[in-house]
Amino acid sequence: MLFRSNGLRLRFALQEGLHVIVRGRLTVYEPRGEYQIVLEHVEPKGIGALQLAFEQLKERLAAEGLFDQKRKKSLPAFPCAVGLVTSIAGAAIHDILTVLQKRWPLLHIIIAPVQVQGEGAAKQIADAVASLNSIRKIDVIIIGRGGGSWEDLWSFNEEAVVRAIVASRIPVVSAVGHEIDVTLADLAADVRAPTPSAAAEMVVPVLSRLVEQLEDYSVRIQRVMTRRCVFERHRLEAYLSEISHMRFYVQDKSQLVDELTSRLCQAVAELRSTMKQRVDGRHQDLLACNPLLFVKQGLTLIPQLVTRLQRQMKSVILHRRQRIQHAVAELNNLSPLAILGRGYSILQNVGTGRIIRHAKDVRVGDELAARLARGQLACIVKDVIPDTSA
Amino acid sequence: MATVKFEQAMARLEAIVGELEKGDLPLDESLKIFEEGIRLSKSCLRVLEDAEKKVEVLVQDKNGKKRIHAFSPNDEADESSS
Repeated sequence: MLFRSNGLRLRFALQEGLHVIVRGRLTVYEPRGEYQIVLEHVEPKGIGALQLAFEQLKERLAAEGLFDQKRKKSLPAFPCAVGLVTSIAGAAIHDILTVLQKRWPLLHIIIAPVQVQGEGAAKQIADAVASLNSIRKIDVIIIGRGGGSWEDLWSFNEEAVVRAIVASRIPVVSAVGHEIDVTLADLAADVRAPTPSAAAEMVVPVLSRLVEQLEDYSVRIQRVMTRRCVFERHRLEAYLSEISHMRFYVQDKSQLVDELTSRLCQAVAELRSTMKQRVDGRHQDLLACNPLLFVKQGLTLIPQLVTRLQRQMKSVILHRRQRIQHAVAELNNLSPLAILGRGYSILQNVGTGRIIRHAKDVRVGDELAARLARGQLACIVKDVIPDTSA
Repeated sequence: MATVKFEQAMARLEAIVGELEKGDLPLDESLKIFEEGIRLSKSCLRVLEDAEKKVEVLVQDKNGKKRIHAFSPNDEADESSS
């Protein structure tokens, strides 16, 4: 016989066929005359009562999936505020605070002090987890206690604690007892730490290292950037010097172009003036050759010439006429007729036709024709008288 | 700054360092992320400097009301006496 008041104290469930060792009072139930044992203590045979209760609860909660790996949350890399669920008197809180403050002195820590063993401890732990969940800024919770006997750690095997951990929206790190002690709270927690100090180490990074890292980043990007800037400046300077060279080159070339242009202009101007002169010359030549000019000249010259010609002709004619008159007079003087006129006659041998100049050219009896100024005489030679004067 | 933001800032900073050290970004891009990097590293440091450094205790008074007060070693005595 097990009264409810006693049964409540049982940490394990009675099952059919379970061998138990009991302690109680042997009594007689008078109405039926039956013997009965009123149990004050029941302990499973073979293993301890706690162990059995642990196994049974573990099995049941595991069946619900409360220990499933997949519902475990990951811890924040840089927590702002940490909630601690532990005894304020124990060694655990000292260890945790020491590690937290050494690694991450800036941390906001909110302690929810609880009893970690004995009656009511489990409820306090569960309530503390729930309370910390209502504080917005907390982003990780550590629950734990230092080492102790299996019974000392029992509160962390209570269903209420397991369910509170599972219900927590904030990731929970558990650190109960030593590494060999695995409680149901450890199984339910998002991360299990072997000891309270280890839990603290898991929760926060080392501030000094983080600051070092930040400084390292800062130094590195500044170094890289400085190097880059120096490099870019050199590149820019190289471009600038290239550009200034280019400028000189362009100046040179533009000077050359100017010079060539002016020379070209000059040459063109010279050529132009030469050509102009030549064209002008030809033009003048051409003007001089204008037939109209000749025609004009001709028109005035011809009458002059005609006048001159006429005058000349007159004079020539006059002159000729005079000369002819003169010649005629002369001729008249010389004319045999004129001589004949003066009484002379011309003898001509009729036979030979020869003009007789010497007496010896004729013979007596020759017929001679004597020509007179007027008419002729037919003569016969009667005598020949030679010329003795010669 | 929330922790998530801090984490993101750290991750971004790390990415920027890597990106700059690779050195294959155009200069203006480099300058842009360099400035971002400097800003991030400063703001991260400031977050660390400005973080609340305090230890508090969550207690429940006799009416069941929860309060938070500063933690001092004396609390240990209170706890052991209660």
